[in-house]
Amino acid sequence: MTHLVVVGASLAGLRAVEAVRRDGFDGDVTLVGAEEHLPYDRPPLSKEYLSADEIADPRYREEETFAGDLDVELVLGTPATALDSAARTVAVGERTLSYDGLVIATGAHARVLPGTEDIAGVHTVRTLDDAIALRAALRAEHARRLTVVGAGFIGSEVAAVGRKLGLEVTILEALETPLARAVGERMGRALTHLHRRHGTEVRTGVAVEEVLAENGHVRGVRLGDGTEMATDVLVVGIGARPATEWLEGSGLTIDDGVVADETLAAAPGVYVAGDVARWPNALFTDVAEGTMRLEHWTSAADQGGRAARHAVDPAAATPYETVPYFWSDWYDGRVQFVGIAAGEDIEVVAGDDAQGGPFTAIYRAGDRIVGALAVDMPAEVMKYRRLIGGRKTWDDALELAEQRRRQREEKARQRAEGACT
Amino acid sequence: MKINVDWDRCTGMGMCESLAPDVFEVDDDGSLIVHAEEVPEGMESDVREAVAACPTEALSLEGE
Ligand SMILES: Cc1cc2nc3c(=O)[nH]c(=O)nc-3n(C[C@H](O)[C@H](O)[C@H](O)COP(=O)(O)OP(=O)(O)OC[C@H]3O[C@@H](n4cnc5c(N)ncnc54)[C@H](O)[C@@H]3O)c2cc1C
Ligand code: SF4
Repeated sequence: MTHLVVVGASLAGLRAVEAVRRDGFDGDVTLVGAEEHLPYDRPPLSKEYLSADEIADPRYREEETFAGDLDVELVLGTPATALDSAARTVAVGERTLSYDGLVIATGAHARVLPGTEDIAGVHTVRTLDDAIALRAALRAEHARRLTVVGAGFIGSEVAAVGRKLGLEVTILEALETPLARAVGERMGRALTHLHRRHGTEVRTGVAVEEVLAENGHVRGVRLGDGTEMATDVLVVGIGARPATEWLEGSGLTIDDGVVADETLAAAPGVYVAGDVARWPNALFTDVAEGTMRLEHWTSAADQGGRAARHAVDPAAATPYETVPYFWSDWYDGRVQFVGIAAGEDIEVVAGDDAQGGPFTAIYRAGDRIVGALAVDMPAEVMKYRRLIGGRKTWDDALELAEQRRRQREEKARQRAEGACT
Repeated sequence: MKINVDWDRCTGMGMCESLAPDVFEVDDDGSLIVHAEEVPEGMESDVREAVAACPTEALSLEGE
């Protein structure tokens, strides 16, 4: 193995090159990225990067680190346009890079509302450039009303920021229950309470028919029932589509992501990682059929390292399995989810979901615990993550829930006593 | 190996706890408790995984 090429210079790509260098790989490493920016952290872009008066630099590493410690050739600002997996080459601008091992980590693009690309005041949040533009729009003096299309996690975070900045905020969601696919119906309703509690209007089961503009700037939206709503800023948070357009004709299987086997291999020498990757997660194949594709920070980081290690030493590749984890920051609180939201058998084991939290809920499929959701209970989900990863039973989970309940009571009692003396 | 926490970065996410629960624990208020200053014998690989998994890159090891 002499040349590792990594396409996609974000989280998964960065972790890919770092992992093999840490292992002592001494071949050439090239990291190709479509954006001009050095790899940077996306989660803050819909959170502090918009809400904080002083913002931190979201880049993970300095430029010198790549040339120096990591000894990685960076090719930024030019997308890869083609892969020939038989000849083992990748086309990047005028160059053709030959590889022995390849990691595909091109992530995903924000979905847009067709026909709105040229309307000022319509935003998506995926890239640093997106966030810079949205930050300015939300903080503009005349901005009073924010409308968010899509009640997913990123849209919800932007809505929360809008409230923090004092805007009137409305979320428009096509489904009857927001986030039903991500966390199930009941928990989707619980999370919707969180918005309402903070003064965000959430309208469900509504379709956006048309985006209305005046002098090239958004002025509102027309809904399916004909009503018009005025807005100053429109944020489109309707999900992401895997960045696979450059792989057309590559011979790889593309189906909402690049489809790989359990070792993350998509073709000989080609491994996938991050938001673009679809693979069978062996931990859940007994309860949820088929492959999964995650859009979570943790799995992108993790898969980046694994895919690169497999790419430089395919003989040593082993199945990659993981307990998915994501978090999302809404208002002053944090939503955390581990596992998968399979099955609708959900039990609230702490707190109360009726008002939107704090609470913890666990998810059952068959005889197993497969997921856990917590709102504003930061000590809880990670304890269940271990049970899920260990394929533990529902009874084990209930036992842990009972043990946690007693521990919390004991702590509350101690605090009360401390307060009296 | 010594475990360092950048307290300005840690947001109490708890990934570290899920990978090395004998060393890391997130308290009810979201603050991180580190139960060992040095990586305990036999836990090197768990702690290394925890360091790599922290979404805020708050953890590092000294004297690796
Ligand atoms: C606003 C926002 C907030 C988020 N918040 C959270 C959160 O709170 N919690 C959580 O768990 N996750 C969160 N995520 C998800 C997390 O950031 C992603 O899972 C992670 O960034 C995925 O990393 P990746 O490297 O796979 O892909 P990406 O980060 O999407 O990076 C892919 C890179 O590849 C580049 N690329 C695309 N095509 C090509 C090509 N043809 N050639 C070369 N380069 C190409 C792209 O320009 C991009 O830079 C958030 C994401 C966003 C956008
Ligand atoms: S994973 Fe990182 S942010 Fe989370 S508790 Fe551990 S050190 Fe803190």
